[in-house]
Amino acid sequence: MSDLGFVRTEMLPEQAPPATTVGAIGWARQNLFNGISNSVLTVLSLVFIYYILAAMLPWLLSPTWGAESLNECREINGSGHGGACWGVISERWLQLMFGFYPPEYYWRPIAAFLLLGVALAPVLFDTAPRKLLIFTPLYPFFGAWLLWGGTIWNPLAALAGFVLGYYAYKVVAAAAGSLAGVIAAALVPVLWWLFLAGPVAGALSSILPIGIQAVESRAFGGFMLSITIGVTAILCSLPLGIVLALGRQSDLLIVKALCVGFIEFIRGVPLITLLFVASTLLNIFMPPGTNFDIILRVMIMVTLFAAAYMAEVVRGGLAALPTGQYEAADALGLDYWKAQRLVIMPQALKISIPGIVSTFIGVFKDTTLVSIIGLLDPLGLSNAIRADAAWNGIVWEIYGFIALMFFVFCFSMSRYSMYLERKLKTSH
Amino acid sequence: MKKSVFLGALTVAGVIAGGAAAATLDEVKARGKLNCGVTTGLVGFAAPDANGNWDGFDVGVCRAVAAAVLGDPAAVEFVPTTGKTRFTALASGEIDMLARNTTWTFSRDVDLKFTFVGVNYYDGQGFMVPKELGVSSATELDGATVCIQTGTTTELNLADYFRSNNISYEPVPIETNAEAQQQYLAGACDVYTTDASGLAATRATFENPGDHVLLPEIVSKEPLGPLVRHGDNEWGDIVRWTLNALVTAEELGVTSANIGDMSSAPGNNPEINRLLGTEGSLGEMLGVSADWAKNAIAAGGNYGELFEKNIGENTPIGLARGLNAQWTNGGLIYSPPFR
Repeated sequence: MSDLGFVRTEMLPEQAPPATTVGAIGWARQNLFNGISNSVLTVLSLVFIYYILAAMLPWLLSPTWGAESLNECREINGSGHGGACWGVISERWLQLMFGFYPPEYYWRPIAAFLLLGVALAPVLFDTAPRKLLIFTPLYPFFGAWLLWGGTIWNPLAALAGFVLGYYAYKVVAAAAGSLAGVIAAALVPVLWWLFLAGPVAGALSSILPIGIQAVESRAFGGFMLSITIGVTAILCSLPLGIVLALGRQSDLLIVKALCVGFIEFIRGVPLITLLFVASTLLNIFMPPGTNFDIILRVMIMVTLFAAAYMAEVVRGGLAALPTGQYEAADALGLDYWKAQRLVIMPQALKISIPGIVSTFIGVFKDTTLVSIIGLLDPLGLSNAIRADAAWNGIVWEIYGFIALMFFVFCFSMSRYSMYLERKLKTSH
Repeated sequence: MKKSVFLGALTVAGVIAGGAAAATLDEVKARGKLNCGVTTGLVGFAAPDANGNWDGFDVGVCRAVAAAVLGDPAAVEFVPTTGKTRFTALASGEIDMLARNTTWTFSRDVDLKFTFVGVNYYDGQGFMVPKELGVSSATELDGATVCIQTGTTTELNLADYFRSNNISYEPVPIETNAEAQQQYLAGACDVYTTDASGLAATRATFENPGDHVLLPEIVSKEPLGPLVRHGDNEWGDIVRWTLNALVTAEELGVTSANIGDMSSAPGNNPEINRLLGTEGSLGEMLGVSADWAKNAIAAGGNYGELFEKNIGENTPIGLARGLNAQWTNGGLIYSPPFR
């Protein structure tokens, strides 16, 4: 049996795959022209895209960046439906970004924004240096000080409230039990803020005046206003929402009733109603001459609104968790707070990430509603810009610019949430 | 209260520390700034420029009052208000006066408890239609679709007018003037109706203004003027007489150009002397400095100058004086004497 005709003794060299299955052609065949119906769809889509671009591009690329009024744009573009009038953006983009913030202090909101990234980095990405976590809880005070300016003692006095609360908890909890500690931790800072923080900060600043030029809230506008309100609401609403969600599941009757009442009331009222309450109703209730900052009022209302929605999102996560997890935490001998912190919340929050981020995005976009109560956010400013005789009649360019900016922020939030979901996925 | 308000808790502390209401004039002087409510933006009447400085016809009134009270036309904090927030802002004391092209009506004066101190612009509701519609009178608008801003007096005027003329129409409710422009140009409605000044300003922005006509009918009276709260008549007097000073200055030929000369020494015309404080003690009676009117006029010019600079025929808006001419020229602008 040694007359075997042919036995290959060495491997054939690898051959390149057919030209029609690799490279651009292969990709196109596989993805665009895979069968007759797909080919037809591809061609139709290309024609559609071409028509859109053919209509959009000449409009987008009109050379009007230097124009100083709508009429000048029209002259540049010639008669007929020429192109966009970008002069308004090049003249007003700083205003759309910072509102009426004094130009010499533009670095302050920019620094606050960049430092926000620094403060959030260790929370958002686990590759960031852990030491930054020290900066994170200090940021709200520092950022607010950068934005509003004034004496440094104001944010320090506000911070002192939290420190006092912490020690109040320690002392009272050791002396009279955990519940009394929690109550003291809530009560002491509030009393401090209400009655002592202002005078103490005033006294300290008269002794040691350290500070930067104060900027009034009224100077806030444009995207700076949207981001300030949005970030505050986002950052405050998550912890508030978690507490509300836990409160809603609590066995303590009063706590539960309060949480349910709050959530259902806030969710049952449109945000714009709350904003009107903030802008007009509060004004009437407070004694004349009081100076309760309108932006602060709006921030509080938006935060409460977002917190109510957040609570329900988190509750969804809690409900999705198998009862076994609660029982396992109990079986390990963990007390309520430890069980929540170590077992329940990490899982519940992971489940709720899409919902949470969705709420964030919604809140950020809802900040445009403040234009209805006369705050000059980007949409409010778009109206103010059109009221300039030079730009009256411009619509698409301003709205397009605003939409683009909002898209950048919302899209990056959405991508981050997808990254987080991938990272925390444990089902593999 | 000079504390810079910072965090919610601090602010609440401030609220509790806040005192009772003092007289508006004292408050303004103590604050060093006039809080003046304006629109969030209306062509010619109030708009911020690229540097955030407000300018316009209504803004001119605010600056004149600030100049009269504080001597500085720049000492104004402009508080943008919308049609929905303006009255609460004034009633609650957030602003000292409102100069926001607000129509003087019975109910606003009596029921909402405001004092209209005068009229700085006599407006009226008009109609704009495309020329190709071939309409020459509002009475020919039977069955037309009408773009109209909701929640304004124009909405009610329109209903009244069409009902009394026994013609039908179909309203297209819109929220803002910008939206109205787009809807009207896109053909969503045959007619756009709002104040005639607004129509003129809107038409001026069109690519082909000649394709659109304003109908001759003016269907309502819209006297627009600054207003203050009820209950502080001294403050009301200051705003009223500042406005009157601007009007009188035009009548007497006092302008921002010649006011320096005229106010340096008493001249031949006793009324000018009283107005500019070189004679008599009108400023003292009002509780402000003797040169209050001089400062007010120097801030932005007299009534006529303000008109020409912001909304007059040489501006893109191009409004004729019409009803807003001095009474000596057949208009309605008339100030009581300074005596």
